[in-house]
Amino acid sequence: MVDMIRARGLVKRYKEVTALAGLDLTVPEGTVLALLGPNGAGKTTAVRCLTTLLVPDEGSAEVAGVDVLADPQGVRRKIGLSGQYAAVDEYLTGFENLTMVGRLYGLGKARSRTRARELLERFDLADAGDRPSKTYSGGMRRRLDLAGALVAEPPVLVLDEPTTGLDVRARQQMWDVIRELVGGGATLLLTTQYLEEADRLADDIVVIDHGLAIAQGTADELKAQTGGERIEVVVADARHVEATRRLLGAVAVGDVQVEERSLTAAVTDGAPALRRLLGHLEEEQIGVLDVGLRRPTLDDVFLTLTGRTADEKSEEVAR
Amino acid sequence: MSAPQALSDGWVVAQRNLIKIKRVPEVLVFVLISPIMFVLLFAYVFGGAIDPGDGTEYKEFLVAGIFAQTVVFGATFTGAGLAEDMQKGIIDRFRSLPMSRAAVLVGRTTSDVVYNVLSLMIMALTGLLVSWRIRDGVLEALAGFALLLVFAYAISWIMAFVGLLVPSVDVVNNASFVVIFPLTFLSNAFVPLKDFDGILKRFVEWNPVSSLTQASRELFGNTVGEPPSDAFSMQHPVVYTLIWSAIIVAVFVPLSVRQFKRTTSR
Repeated sequence: MVDMIRARGLVKRYKEVTALAGLDLTVPEGTVLALLGPNGAGKTTAVRCLTTLLVPDEGSAEVAGVDVLADPQGVRRKIGLSGQYAAVDEYLTGFENLTMVGRLYGLGKARSRTRARELLERFDLADAGDRPSKTYSGGMRRRLDLAGALVAEPPVLVLDEPTTGLDVRARQQMWDVIRELVGGGATLLLTTQYLEEADRLADDIVVIDHGLAIAQGTADELKAQTGGERIEVVVADARHVEATRRLLGAVAVGDVQVEERSLTAAVTDGAPALRRLLGHLEEEQIGVLDVGLRRPTLDDVFLTLTGRTADEKSEEVAR
Repeated sequence: MSAPQALSDGWVVAQRNLIKIKRVPEVLVFVLISPIMFVLLFAYVFGGAIDPGDGTEYKEFLVAGIFAQTVVFGATFTGAGLAEDMQKGIIDRFRSLPMSRAAVLVGRTTSDVVYNVLSLMIMALTGLLVSWRIRDGVLEALAGFALLLVFAYAISWIMAFVGLLVPSVDVVNNASFVVIFPLTFLSNAFVPLKDFDGILKRFVEWNPVSSLTQASRELFGNTVGEPPSDAFSMQHPVVYTLIWSAIIVAVFVPLSVRQFKRTTSR
């Protein structure tokens, strides 16, 4: 399979911060790679280097066989970028926005108009297409922005945090749209802070921290590394924490994390493990305020891979 | 990248900017009201206090000055428009497209010519109301308007560069106020050259806003007698203004395009 995106040793330094510290990325044709990491990990910087918005200090990259540094204009013809902040012109209607983008891709006036109508239809914006995009909801703007990236049917799509800031419903809708694209055989690089999003959309996930890839694999492989689902227990009485830690440890695969009266541990067999734990807690008459099973989050992946949570990480950057 | 592409892509961007006038006509109202205000205020406040010195009426003297001041101030729109695009992230979309790197700037400076044409029309009408007249031929007058637009276009490239450099629309407005206000007031736009002294007089004499004003006065037939000074800028104001316009464009077009290539949205 041909690699549609290949980056080697990308380095980008700002005055105080090293945003990229030698990042390698490979995205084979027709696959989806998710770049997963917390705020400040270097995801957006990586995207900007690959989409010619930023020149890396070191390293090299090719997109659709075109060298990003030697022929940026050639790369621009091969990519569609949809950014973290929906880059639509709010005074223009959806139709005008897409027509403008089409013409700037060099599609010509007539073709740009046809394409704009097609995309509005496809992204469920046909009714709103002739209204200024100022009147759109957040989800609609994101869809319009994504449509902008697809105007010229580029072979490579880059989506920078496509669902950050969207509510649950809009996020779900966006996921459906992206999954449909992927089904159509597009090559896609996607950045996200949500493990669930990467899990649903990507073939392959690269976890990025401090501008470096710290883990790579399919969602299942990462989950295997990080222990899959979590059991979370909050005990009613602080004196029961030790006993609960022992009981939870017995059904868990890794260490038990304790934070005041809240205990968390990874398990491999979610529901049966939860049932066993509840049984033991009942026998020892330990009162429980809350107990549940949840999917691993970016925090869990980070905790396992780096020993820090994603939040601690972003605080570090802020300092 | 080819010049034809810069022009055709620039035209697409200019159309996009012009749609904003249609959608937010309030912006236009303020663009057009302030020159009317200036004509009326200066005509009636300073009308009696300042004597142009060549036997013409102050109102006659003033209108070309207001034209010059307004079109130069109009460049602020160029800077503010670009700063707004930067803030809103749409510059990233443009920079990721295979369009000419000059197109966003060409488009913006071009669409701002439309603002200036509109405000010149409104000001001319207001001028006529306060008894300003075009006293030479129509062709000369058209040449006067054209010169105002050419110089304004050049200045808008300076503000384009500023708009790409500074972090927000507010900063553009303040920066332009600090630069353009002295530039237009230290000129012969409102006060005749003879009323300045010493080093200030040298500055006013060679200030291209003065030569633009002087040239407009001559082309509209609003001045009688000899030019107010022997300096080249006052003897050949049209040529001197065009030289400045050419220099500004030659310096600021490449500077702005280079800045556009480097910049990223905020």
